[in-house]
Amino acid sequence: MTSYCGHCGEPLDAGSHEVCVRKLELEPPRFCADCRRRMVVQVTPASWTARCSEHGEITKPTWS
Amino acid sequence: MSVQSDLLTAAREQVLEKGIALDESQILAVLTSSDELLPELLALAHDVRMKWCGPEVEVEGIVSLKTGGCPEDCHFCSQSGQFTSPVRSVWLNVPELVKAAEQTAAAGASEFCIVAAVRGPDERLMSQMREGVKAIKEAVDIEVAASLGMLSQDQVDDLVDMGVHRYNHNLEAARSYFPQVVTTHTWEERWDTCEMVRASGMELCCGCLVGMGETVEQRAELAAQLAALEPHEVPLNFLNPRPGTPFGDLPLMDSKDALRTIAAFRLALPRTILRYAGGRELTLGDLGTRDGLLGGINAVIVGNYLTTLGRDPKEDLALLDDLKMPIKALSKSL
Repeated sequence: MTSYCGHCGEPLDAGSHEVCVRKLELEPPRFCADCRRRMVVQVTPASWTARCSEHGEITKPTWS
Repeated sequence: MSVQSDLLTAAREQVLEKGIALDESQILAVLTSSDELLPELLALAHDVRMKWCGPEVEVEGIVSLKTGGCPEDCHFCSQSGQFTSPVRSVWLNVPELVKAAEQTAAAGASEFCIVAAVRGPDERLMSQMREGVKAIKEAVDIEVAASLGMLSQDQVDDLVDMGVHRYNHNLEAARSYFPQVVTTHTWEERWDTCEMVRASGMELCCGCLVGMGETVEQRAELAAQLAALEPHEVPLNFLNPRPGTPFGDLPLMDSKDALRTIAAFRLALPRTILRYAGGRELTLGDLGTRDGLLGGINAVIVGNYLTTLGRDPKEDLALLDDLKMPIKALSKSL
């Protein structure tokens, strides 16, 4: 279950995250949505990969 | 209004017709010109670009080879280890680096810049560069550039031997404002690396970041200092305030000021590649991006940046096609 904002790391039910959602259109998440750990993030020209030490890795192409 | 019209008339005669760059006081006059004059100013900057550089646009992609954990304290940068930025340290391995170069070439770029968040390269980084540049040159038809911080003469020579054709090292800010931006090294140290690069035969890419709280006078000073270096390319970044950095709460630059800056830099650097770099998506949006390409810009970074995301390259290429601006072919200098 997603509990934390990927941009600011705060709980999703703590206030509005509208600004965070807009910012995530132009940057990858930095915090794990499950545990709010800071993730190790690598941005490449066409994708990003974010790795949480507890919850694994997400890779997302940003264009194809 | 007549003083402002005189400004453009003088700039037209000096820069467009004779190819002589504006000096600092003239750049300041451009930067402080009115909003009403902006369309005419952009049109003049576009004419200057077309006359002295031509219609082609150079397309580049960039990648971060070593992200985060930087010992320097550049106040705009999320990769400094001195701030509470959420960016964590990570290295790209050589196969991933080659893949990034392939992605960049597939996006239509002729230039691929490898960037590392360091004060200067150590032997581990230089070794990674040797292996990575060799692997890219074997696999991908693309020019390789690098940005690895401050260099020694031996490191400059090593990069030349590797076949790195262009080196990026930004002044970032005017000399008078630099101490407000960075305290862990000096503006003069940056200048020294730029001079070594230029003397080596590599092309010098030296740009800046605007919208960091500098005065308009300091922006003019910066343009004049960049012009004095005679770089092959000037990447123009607009501050994208990063969480956790000292500049994290600064506002975005006003879009009209950003466009005036583009035009002023073109009139200060009539023959230089002037590249859209970071922050344009937020500061200018789609419409402003188009205005800048019709106001002096003749190069773009496509795809993602080092720690943030960019537009879909297809959108940028479609815009260039719409503007009848051909993409520069590989191995052809503008």
